[in-house]
Amino acid sequence: MKPMLAVLRRELSGYFATPVAYVFIVVFLFTAGIFTFYLGQFFERGQADLKAFFLFHPWLYLFFLPAIAMRLWAEERKSGTIELLLTLPIPLWAAVLGKFVAAWVFAGIALALTFPLWITVNWLGTPDNGVILAGYVGSFLMAGAYLAIGSCISALTRNQVIAFVISVLICFIFTVSGAPMVLNFFQGWAPGLIVDTIASFSFLGHFNAITDGVIDLRDVIFFLSLIVVWLYANAVVVDFKKAG
Amino acid sequence: MIDIKNLVKQFGPFTAVDNISFTVAKGEVLGFLGPNGAGKSTTMKMLCGFLSPTSGSISVMGHDVEANPQAAKTCIGYLPEGAPTYADMTPRGFLDFIADVRGLTGKDRWLRIEKVVDQVNIKDVLDQPIDTLSKGYKRRVGLAQAILHDPPVLVLDEPTDGLDPNQKHEVRQLIQTMARDKAIIISTHILEEVEAVCSRAIIIARGRVVAEGRPDGAAGWRIGDIIAGPGKLDAAFRQITQAAALARAA
Repeated sequence: MKPMLAVLRRELSGYFATPVAYVFIVVFLFTAGIFTFYLGQFFERGQADLKAFFLFHPWLYLFFLPAIAMRLWAEERKSGTIELLLTLPIPLWAAVLGKFVAAWVFAGIALALTFPLWITVNWLGTPDNGVILAGYVGSFLMAGAYLAIGSCISALTRNQVIAFVISVLICFIFTVSGAPMVLNFFQGWAPGLIVDTIASFSFLGHFNAITDGVIDLRDVIFFLSLIVVWLYANAVVVDFKKAG
Repeated sequence: MIDIKNLVKQFGPFTAVDNISFTVAKGEVLGFLGPNGAGKSTTMKMLCGFLSPTSGSISVMGHDVEANPQAAKTCIGYLPEGAPTYADMTPRGFLDFIADVRGLTGKDRWLRIEKVVDQVNIKDVLDQPIDTLSKGYKRRVGLAQAILHDPPVLVLDEPTDGLDPNQKHEVRQLIQTMARDKAIIISTHILEEVEAVCSRAIIIARGRVVAEGRPDGAAGWRIGDIIAGPGKLDAAFRQITQAAALARAA
């Protein structure tokens, strides 16, 4: 546990060692605001809720979170510090988990800083704060899934740009697999079971279910198991590279 | 304390390390010599658990590196080739991180950090980001990391590369003072360094051990069949490695 926390702390302070983290958070908050107020028509809807805000989270995360995760392993490989990290008495799971949790905490901080929106709706009307809380929980879980994908891909390469592009691609597949246009494409010819399976892997479906205010255990398990699977793959990749 | 048996490492069709065996006992400083690409760093990487051997076994303080990597890694201090450190941290933050990972706590932790900072002489730059430091300071920060937990086994890949003559001298003295109760392996290109600190040397070429040497009283060093007088080690080194290359080609 101790080495895991040491890795976590180092990794998290690594994010804040340069101004990049602050710039990142500002841009994230700004973009989230634009999406909510312009595309989501927060005021025009005339309802005191944060639906318009959460609606765009999968699309925001699609680009922002691979950018957070891309450095996790690729940078260690590039600078050679991976040799240091892997020859310290740190179990592999602790290194993988420590890095992932650091990225997740960072994403959590960015998400938490959207609180003025929550204050705004409470000031304007009387929203169902339970639904809003569910939205935040769902958003945070979904962020974890995106980051686990990004972390695994980052372990495959020493080039952060490649890690970013491939992560966005995979995250995109996981995001759009539930979008109507994709499902319509399959509906014409594929059996119902396959269409349902594709739809069930979509972040959109599970996330929208949660933002409706119902934290269904199945949606939570979906995101958590996705995190576990991708982090396991992450550890396998790191271990595999040992063989040269 | 270090026991390597029939170690082989292949990268695809290329054999980087070809059946190397040796041991290092407490109190010994083993010089690991050889031309570039001979397999020195690959051997050290396997010894420290960064690469898995294709075959053969490595045991450190009785712990098999493949079967029980955590126990083995706990006993080893390792300075990798090029002394990589986290460039965005300060030496203080970096050593704090290493102390956390190594499980140093309380007063002992504080004393150890204080001691190694003094030993490698980095007090002046403790709070500067590592990527602003000179090459010599970076290497010494890497060295501090390796000796922080006072390990019984030290593996140093080119510890004096990039240091000026004074700093080289200091690092060699440091290695000598630590030698008494540790098993130390250093790889180097600098043959005067071997004469200065090593109690034994192995020359490898193309992944194989081609000669072993040790000091032979006032006569200098005896390497294989060759006796090299003081300061004449490079001639012997050239003769042995070139003979090995010719033997391979034939």
